[in-house]
Amino acid sequence: MGGEKKGLVLLDFWVSPFAQRCRIALAEKGLVYESLEQELLGDKSDLLLGSNPVHKKVPVLLHDGRAVCESLVILEYIEDAFPGAAPQLLPADPYARAQARFWADYVDKRVYSCGTRLWKLKGEGRAAARAEMLETLRTLDAELGDKAFFGGEALGFVDVTLIPLTSWFYSYEKQGGFSVEEECPRLAEWARRCGERESVAKVLTAPEEVHDFIGLLKKHYGLE
Amino acid sequence: MAEKGVKVFGMWASPMVIRVEWALRLKGVVYEYVDEDLASKSDALLRRNPVTKKVPVLVHDGKPIVESTIIVEYIDEAWKDGYPIMPADPHDRAQARFWARFADDKCNAAIYPVFTATGKAQREVVREAQRCLKTLETALEGKKFFGGDAIGYLDVVVGWYAYWLPVIEEVSGASIVTDEELPLMKAWFDRFLAVDVVKDTLPPRDKLLALNKARRAQLLSA
Repeated sequence: MGGEKKGLVLLDFWVSPFAQRCRIALAEKGLVYESLEQELLGDKSDLLLGSNPVHKKVPVLLHDGRAVCESLVILEYIEDAFPGAAPQLLPADPYARAQARFWADYVDKRVYSCGTRLWKLKGEGRAAARAEMLETLRTLDAELGDKAFFGGEALGFVDVTLIPLTSWFYSYEKQGGFSVEEECPRLAEWARRCGERESVAKVLTAPEEVHDFIGLLKKHYGLE
Repeated sequence: MAEKGVKVFGMWASPMVIRVEWALRLKGVVYEYVDEDLASKSDALLRRNPVTKKVPVLVHDGKPIVESTIIVEYIDEAWKDGYPIMPADPHDRAQARFWARFADDKCNAAIYPVFTATGKAQREVVREAQRCLKTLETALEGKKFFGGDAIGYLDVVVGWYAYWLPVIEEVSGASIVTDEELPLMKAWFDRFLAVDVVKDTLPPRDKLLALNKARRAQLLSA
């Protein structure tokens, strides 16, 4: 369904942190691609439905017409399919790779879904989500430690997985009544450091726009 | 003195743990197995996996690796000259990882409710489980195994269905994987269970059945 179009096409959505992971990775590696903005709250395109019939979600990376779905699967695909495109986001050593995959998976499983509960739920539900979010961010702060990046000296797989979610921190702080700067100063510093990179600065949605988008979602779900 | 060798912290009835054992056996790696009482986890386990505190944990020369699918990829990379678990082609690798996620996220979530559902409610959750498995089944079309002519990563990840689902079916009185509804999957079950490293590693069926019967009774009375 993607046709035989050569090269890289990313089925995208402006505020999706999952699509942004892919865009940052592609930009860091200097890989040229076309971004096709998708309609997600209305009618989904035939291209999206045909490329990702199982989940009908973005991001989808089309490479010479063949689809790869799920953001972390896409990141690994980019590493595998373009071995010459530096920098490698995953380290060479198998143990270090396993560590990187573990933390990327930890971020992927916890941050966004917990954040969603923070704005969707009230009362006890929200309190539980707040506690879980703090535990998650503190654990990540400890894992980062005194390193410049999760990947060490340079940006890596875990950094790319978490960076787009930093735009959502402002909203999580507002909903949860906490400050990332206070709770996890190393993580806050890391977020600023990443934000200075061109690949990140060009891609990330401004926190205030994410906040407005959540407002839109709340109306969409009848939560306002 | 640096710790050498391979250790697996597991639990005899856990499908997530067996993935790790199958992967190690495919590579011909000798390992020490440590069975855990999940109600009373050992200090050794908690030291190795302080973040999630779960099994399986693979310890290789003193270094712990956690999360079963991550462990399987580690095993493939650490013993890269052995049996190839992951496919070679980047797109095939992406497909294998995609379906592994789908199975663990969607299929497992659809299968679990079958365990405790009864009557009309059970029929509905069975249909949902079948829908999920039918989607997964598309990855088998035209092949002997998910990995092609020989078992690979996806077979190792979802292979537990071949042994555990019939147990779940017997315990709950449900019928999920049938010749009518899931012919390709049913045929793959038989082929997969005939593979040497698989059949040499399965937990005793009567013990597994008894454990699941007891667990079901406990959940239903809660």
